[in-house]
Amino acid sequence: MDEDALLVAKELSAGYDRPVVGPVSFSVHRGDVIGVRGPNGPGTSTLLNAIAGSARVFSGSVHRRPGVRVSHQQQAALPLDNVPLSGRELLALTGADSRGLPEWIKPLAGKRLDRLSGGQLQFMQIWACLSAPVDIVLLDEPTNNVDPQGVQYLQDQIRTMSPSHAILVISHDRAFLDKISTRTINLSS
Amino acid sequence: MNIAQLFDPMFRLPLLTGLIFATLLPMLGMYLRLREEWLAALAFAQVAAAGSLAGTILGFPPQAGALACTCTAAAFKGWIAKTGNNGYALLMITGWAAAILMLANVPIAEHLGHALFDGQLYFTGVAHLVFGGVFLVIVVAILPRLSAKLLLERMFPDFFRASGLSAWRFHLVFDLLVAAGLALATASIGVMGAFGLVFVPSMIAYRIGPSWKGALLVAIAISILAYIASFLLAFMIDQPFGPVLVIVLSSLAVSGYLIQILFRQSAKNQPELVSSKARQET
Repeated sequence: MDEDALLVAKELSAGYDRPVVGPVSFSVHRGDVIGVRGPNGPGTSTLLNAIAGSARVFSGSVHRRPGVRVSHQQQAALPLDNVPLSGRELLALTGADSRGLPEWIKPLAGKRLDRLSGGQLQFMQIWACLSAPVDIVLLDEPTNNVDPQGVQYLQDQIRTMSPSHAILVISHDRAFLDKISTRTINLSS
Repeated sequence: MNIAQLFDPMFRLPLLTGLIFATLLPMLGMYLRLREEWLAALAFAQVAAAGSLAGTILGFPPQAGALACTCTAAAFKGWIAKTGNNGYALLMITGWAAAILMLANVPIAEHLGHALFDGQLYFTGVAHLVFGGVFLVIVVAILPRLSAKLLLERMFPDFFRASGLSAWRFHLVFDLLVAAGLALATASIGVMGAFGLVFVPSMIAYRIGPSWKGALLVAIAISILAYIASFLLAFMIDQPFGPVLVIVLSSLAVSGYLIQILFRQSAKNQPELVSSKARQET
């Protein structure tokens, strides 16, 4: 294994009932912002799920360096179901820093998450993963429902934090992916 | 009955014991609701009743019997939970049947049985208070550490797995806390009284709490108010405490719901002060 790598995937083929992605090989280092491209949405999300341990690895392997911490922003909305949790409390759960929130969302940090708009909630969810004290951040369609101002803020934040982290991003937004990625993984279906 | 009798040591002891559980149970209820496991609470309460009776018949303190049975059930909870609500429902009706059969066939169990099912708080003794007090200290020490983990797991289900961390230890600790809490509470305030304090205050707090911490305080406040009101009411009208507590809690839940509907209705009927065009511009 590449000793500097935080994570190495070798001939990884993953899915749930059957393989839907791979085989694919890649390694992840600090400073990487990796755009994951593929012909289908589910395949790309499955790759991130395999790294996070929630999809089945059918063949090959994913090896994570011991002690490496991972946060995973999933495409699905937070399972709130009327749980009375505020934005600030959500950020505290992952150890994310609420002081780094943009000015336009800071006043909403004390409000219940189920009283926020879809875009505001999505931004809180991303921020909880993005600014958590982890080594690898997995982002699945982070720009969904987020307004242009929020997308711009995410781009800036990813650029700022990338030297000390590794970030894997799936996005249908080509322009966003082109602006932030240092390299790309192309998946076959 | 004379209200001054309330300050008699005979009533002070049950009042304090109940206050401990009125503080504890809504906290556990908030996390049980978070984990969508409130039916487990009712199942544990029924098992605790059966355990209390079995303990008494075998010559042990009822609390010891209740604790042994609910903690055993909690140890198998992972397996029970795989069956979804079916497992909890089976546990609940089996606990109820075992308790009723012991009540019907063993004379020594009759007195305690009525206390458990009628919720006769006034018969609690020093042992109930001591067990409850010690358990309150344990919960206050442990629950804040568990809280973040339970919430994190609910909001980001794969966070622990993604970072290679194990979740089973804190699941087990939480399950044992719930089992022990319900065992001790059931032995003091009865099956439905204990379940009511788990279920109703957390239900209202989920609707109106401003945040998680705020909702916890709301749940505890509702629980304590409902408990004190029920204690006084049951005392004044000379009725069993358990059913009175459940009726007070249910009335609070229904009135809260109706008030919320009325507020929404009146908000809808307010004249529109800002035109939709102006609102768009802002």
